[in-house]
Amino acid sequence: MGAHRRAKSRTGRWLAAFLSLGLALVGGCDGQPWNSPYPPDEAGRNILYSSFSSRPNHLDPVQSYSSNEIVYNGQIYEPPLQYHYLKRPYRLIPLTATRMPRPYYLDAGGRRLPDDADPGDIAFSVYEIEIRPGIRYQPHPAFARDADGRFLYHNLSADDLEDVETLSDFEHTGSRELVAADYVHEIKRLAHPHLHSPIYGIMADYIVGLKEYAARLRAEQERLEKKAPGPVFLDLTQYPLAGAEVLDRYRYRITIKGKYPQFKYWLAMPFFAPVPPEADRFYAQPGMKERNITLDWYPVGTGPYLLAVNNPNRQMVLARNPNFHGETYPAQGEPGDAGKGLLADAGKPLPMIDRIVFSLEKEAIPTWNKFLQGYYDTSGVSSDSFDQAIQVGSGGEMTLTDEMKRKGIQLSTSVSTSIFYMGFNMLDPVIGGYSKRARLLRRAIAIAVDYEEFISIFANGRGIPAQSPIPPGIFGHRDGRDGINPYVYDWTPRGPVRKPVSEARRLLAEAGYPDGRDIRTGKPLVLNLDTTASGPDDKARLDWLRKQFAKLDIQLVIRGTDYNRFQDKMLKGTAQIFQWGWNADYPDPENFLFLLYGRNGKVEHNGENAANYANPEYDRLFEQMKAMDDGPERQAIIDHMVEILRRDSPWLFGYHPLQFALFHAWYHNVKPNLMANNTLKYRRIDAALRQNKRREWNRPVLWPLGLVALLLVLSVLPAWISYRRHETRRALEEAG
Amino acid sequence: MFAYVVRRMLYAVPILIGVNLLTFALFFVVNSPDDMARMHLGMKRVTPEAIEKWKADHGYDRPLLYNAQAEGLGRVTDTIFFEKSVRLFAFQFGSSDGGRNIGQDIGQRMWPSLAIAVPVLLLGLLVYISFAMLLAFFRGTYLDVSGVVLSVVLMSISLLFYIIAGQYVFSKLFHLVPISGYQPGWLAWRFVILPVAIGVFAGLGSSSRWYRTIFLEEINKDYVRTARAKGLSEPGLLFGHVLKNALVPILTGVVVVLPTLFMGNLILESFFGIPGLGSYTIDAINSQDFAIVRAMVFLGSVLYILGLILTDISYTLVDPRIRLS
Repeated sequence: MGAHRRAKSRTGRWLAAFLSLGLALVGGCDGQPWNSPYPPDEAGRNILYSSFSSRPNHLDPVQSYSSNEIVYNGQIYEPPLQYHYLKRPYRLIPLTATRMPRPYYLDAGGRRLPDDADPGDIAFSVYEIEIRPGIRYQPHPAFARDADGRFLYHNLSADDLEDVETLSDFEHTGSRELVAADYVHEIKRLAHPHLHSPIYGIMADYIVGLKEYAARLRAEQERLEKKAPGPVFLDLTQYPLAGAEVLDRYRYRITIKGKYPQFKYWLAMPFFAPVPPEADRFYAQPGMKERNITLDWYPVGTGPYLLAVNNPNRQMVLARNPNFHGETYPAQGEPGDAGKGLLADAGKPLPMIDRIVFSLEKEAIPTWNKFLQGYYDTSGVSSDSFDQAIQVGSGGEMTLTDEMKRKGIQLSTSVSTSIFYMGFNMLDPVIGGYSKRARLLRRAIAIAVDYEEFISIFANGRGIPAQSPIPPGIFGHRDGRDGINPYVYDWTPRGPVRKPVSEARRLLAEAGYPDGRDIRTGKPLVLNLDTTASGPDDKARLDWLRKQFAKLDIQLVIRGTDYNRFQDKMLKGTAQIFQWGWNADYPDPENFLFLLYGRNGKVEHNGENAANYANPEYDRLFEQMKAMDDGPERQAIIDHMVEILRRDSPWLFGYHPLQFALFHAWYHNVKPNLMANNTLKYRRIDAALRQNKRREWNRPVLWPLGLVALLLVLSVLPAWISYRRHETRRALEEAG
Repeated sequence: MFAYVVRRMLYAVPILIGVNLLTFALFFVVNSPDDMARMHLGMKRVTPEAIEKWKADHGYDRPLLYNAQAEGLGRVTDTIFFEKSVRLFAFQFGSSDGGRNIGQDIGQRMWPSLAIAVPVLLLGLLVYISFAMLLAFFRGTYLDVSGVVLSVVLMSISLLFYIIAGQYVFSKLFHLVPISGYQPGWLAWRFVILPVAIGVFAGLGSSSRWYRTIFLEEINKDYVRTARAKGLSEPGLLFGHVLKNALVPILTGVVVVLPTLFMGNLILESFFGIPGLGSYTIDAINSQDFAIVRAMVFLGSVLYILGLILTDISYTLVDPRIRLS
């Protein structure tokens, strides 16, 4: 009887499983489209869906610098300042700070100087920052305490960690108020011997005492390691830093060497976001790193979102931080924003979206198709999908194709604050140097390499030819006639027009290379381009480049190399011509003009000046401009510097890329902000509209299944008939 | 047999040392510790001090293979090779150069890989053997010729084409399955059904031809003729006798891949967004993460050797005449 019941129950379980599978198969259980990649319980919820193609390496704010890391950290960590979401030019506003910090200046003797003091007299700039009270951290086990107020998880043994695999395995969480000391703690972490902050080098030059602090921590680390072998926890709260001090619970002070107005922009980056010392102590416990439980993997912030799922192999999920202090959508923007509906949510509480799901997509085709099916809310435009998404009008204007318009998809474009350029190694005996001959040769090449054509062919028209290193939208950039590079372009009523190749050939002849031959030796001029792009996909582009040089009868040799060798060549200064790019860290011309500052030379100083350009006049002006506030005087100096660059031509100014982004009709408040990292809190989703559209666009088509079944039957039928005939044939017939 | 297995395992040790040495040499011919540091520290604002610090922290500040500064055994042991290799033999993979625990990563990523690889293997075997049997049954007829032509056509087409066409037809056009993605648990079937079908279909041409050849060789043997003369039905003959006797070459190809199944399929996993191990090594090579590369190559070698030993053992199970000694 019991056995019968067990068998019956087993059969019942199988039947139930089979039925549920069948129901799910026909999509009847949840009403979701069959091809939906999301769980049924997410249907109709206020969730933003996006994708990522490469996993983040670091989520520790002291280390993360790449865009694929900042996209998460920007929503979790809150530095004292942020960029206004809508206003242009880019403007900093307080985030956790009560007001914008105004630095005051001191001379070498510590005496206060007036605000308009000569930068040469300023020995120190002091930033005193006050943060708002009442801001609380996201729930996290590092803050969890027992009834007696002792930390629950700060002295964990191996046994305590036995069943722990992820952070969510800790049962209890806690929180506490954000205090100024957390910001100071993070500044100290820039110098931690085991954390490799990419900005330590530059900050050590500016923050008072940071370099010495790093040396002290290193020595202390070594001393502790010798004392007790094994992992060592350096409690930074025990080591004061002269350049970063806590004034009281909500105020802290940062002291900078000299005048460095660009410092305020760093205060809007996660490098200067608060990190609670409890988190460091919690994650430093033995056994945590072995379980991948580190601050580099599980951030602790005060921002609108917290990292709810951290599985870079599949999905990263940001969820609303229940302790978020609250913020409202901006009520002001730039002219035209109201007309675009960008102020419709003014005053509404942020964030507007409950969860943000980033799914791993390694290939462009599935990503694009899922966007078209409505499973991603926004998408870039790759060159593969460009023709399907964008149509170019007779006047060169770019609009959406009819297919996109029918779906209600919208296009947002912006000139990115970056530059792709071709650099000449100024240390090279042929193409480099500051002689008239070398200068004319570089200018001739600058005319011959037609970047308008390059943009049209290889970037689908998505770019604007650069006239100087400074992109549009950054102070110092000039538009129109005043902004053109007169060595390469002529101004016409239609705008700038590249000088003819005949002019380039004339310059080349003047340089001593008539028809591409060295007048002194009679040998053809051969130049080398070092590039990491040497695969089959790059062939067309490299062929195009050869043709550009061939216009001047110059032979361009492409020296394809892997990234490591390329870096070596750049460091040793053995490359001749190269291509490189730069993305702005902050909206200041200093962040572009420093790429050609002599003391940043790659070979001599291992800096970012890959062309190794060193012009004393330019360097002098750079030092002057760097410490100035925006205004006509600064603009005049920048104009002068740009003129020097155009004349010397250490770069062929390439182009500034245009960013294209597509988004669906249900995705609101989209305005490109290339400086801000925390823009997701402003976005809004109409989840009901999305759900309807997904259903409408993804109705399953069933007849092909029937057709496939029929084809299978038809293909098996002859075999079956043949088999039956074979089996029923008489032996005699077979023999005969 | 026990002695044989032990001997084979002992043989594996020098092989694994050799593989490890070769991986090490190949990796460091292409990448120097400085390059690795630069790659991990990012493109912008990397100082020489930061590079030195990274190398010291990750143990790449020692000589590669021979430490002339050290004394005695330290000349060999105080090197990157020794430090990074010796723990592998205890299956302690340690942390990646990016700071992640490799063992845990492998543990997480092997299941989605298995969710694809196991059904592809089992279903594939069923389909390929059945199809090959069918062709063998109709040998010499128009059905056989059509089947062989179809096999040649199928094996001439790249897997990439099947993937893109499959995604286009079944997801984009007919909206039947998700185009890519993955959910753990029972929901995973919706995401693996298309890659599994494509994986099976893509292997149909080559595998069926191979199995057909094996069956045809077997089908002409005397015992088959005898069985047929005794009145055994053709399906009974094929599945009851021919298949059993053709198992040795089939096992050669199948058992050897069993342990390596969890290493995943790079292309299928990439296109279908399956978070398996398929792309783990490739990603590591691209990011110059030597810790992951050496761990995965070592693991792959161990599993391959294991597969070969298992294959030998399986011979004895299907053919009692074979003795391992």
